[in-house]
Amino acid sequence: MKLRRSMLFVPGDNAAMLSTSFVYKPDSVMFDLEDAVSPREKDSARLMVYQALRHPAYRDIETVVRINSMKSIFGPKDLEAAVRGGADIVRLPKTDDAKEIQELDDCITKIEQACGRPVGETRVMAAIESASGVVNAVAIATASPRMMAIALAGFDYLVDMHTRRSRDGWEPELFYARASVLHAARAAHIDAFDVAYGDVTNDEGFLAEVNIAKQLGFNGKSLIHPKQIELLHKAYAPTAKEIDHAQRVLAAAEEAHRKGLGVVSLDGKMIDPPVIDEANAVLLAASAS
Amino acid sequence: MKGQNPMEIIKDSIAGTLESSDVLVKISPSSTREIVINSAVFKQFGKQITRVVTETLDQLGVATGSIVIEDKGALDCIIRARLQTAVLRASATQELNWEKLS
Repeated sequence: MKLRRSMLFVPGDNAAMLSTSFVYKPDSVMFDLEDAVSPREKDSARLMVYQALRHPAYRDIETVVRINSMKSIFGPKDLEAAVRGGADIVRLPKTDDAKEIQELDDCITKIEQACGRPVGETRVMAAIESASGVVNAVAIATASPRMMAIALAGFDYLVDMHTRRSRDGWEPELFYARASVLHAARAAHIDAFDVAYGDVTNDEGFLAEVNIAKQLGFNGKSLIHPKQIELLHKAYAPTAKEIDHAQRVLAAAEEAHRKGLGVVSLDGKMIDPPVIDEANAVLLAASAS
Repeated sequence: MKGQNPMEIIKDSIAGTLESSDVLVKISPSSTREIVINSAVFKQFGKQITRVVTETLDQLGVATGSIVIEDKGALDCIIRARLQTAVLRASATQELNWEKLS
């Protein structure tokens, strides 16, 4: 089980960020070749990201590359850089239907074969940024064995829905999309990332939104600034009571296994595989906090 | 030269910035290969920077051209990427041969 609470955006043409983002220890680093990079710097950013992916500093951190649309002149070149550079995950922006993921899958396979990477090693994350994407979320989530997560991107989605963000911690305009994307991810047994929070000076607003994402069940959020990482990790950290309970669940399950018992209970409640999975997840989150 | 097909420098180009941790690469056509490296950390890392620049140019098959490097403390991977970009921008080649890149 991989912990994916924080996915930090790093502009692909920003030398300082590319040289330092790993020190902030996000769960994943996402090198951005799309919106953060101007059209005239796309070529440079692509090579910067390719070289950064191969740098030893990023060997022990999960790397994601947000490519441009595969329909643009940049997307196919970005994909070459990402796959050949060794990115763990390719993030496809503005995914509206399953066909886009299947076509991306085919393109990745060809590049993996050409550069000698094991076919299937490169995983895919779909960013959902439109009403169509939300409606097709289940088909997108199950479109390829490469799919490892769906990320909701709020800005474009709200423009498509003819609305805008309301106050922090409420946000009814995002509720349907969050719930749809999350259900699609869970049905497909993949991860789900909540929207990025744009105001890096507003910790209170950020945390209000983190609490919504956590309570709904998102694995984590896309982040646009390193200062948001620690805030997010603290908010996602289990409480001492949750850790204690998880340890007791696992101890009880282990004892039952030792005694050959099929069913076991703790404090009058039955412990079944989902409860054990949850306990393991709590202890994993605790160990990383 | 390690490059299979030499890459010809046919016009001026620039890549990168003068911001901290970055490097600005300026390339222009020349009958010989001339490399100038300016770096505040040249005393400590001059040999390493020179090696990265030379290797990158060799891999791309750049035999001639004036190459000026203004280093602001960039990592090797940044120097490599900015130099590769500047070479591509200065050449007639638009398609990158990934097999040639280090």
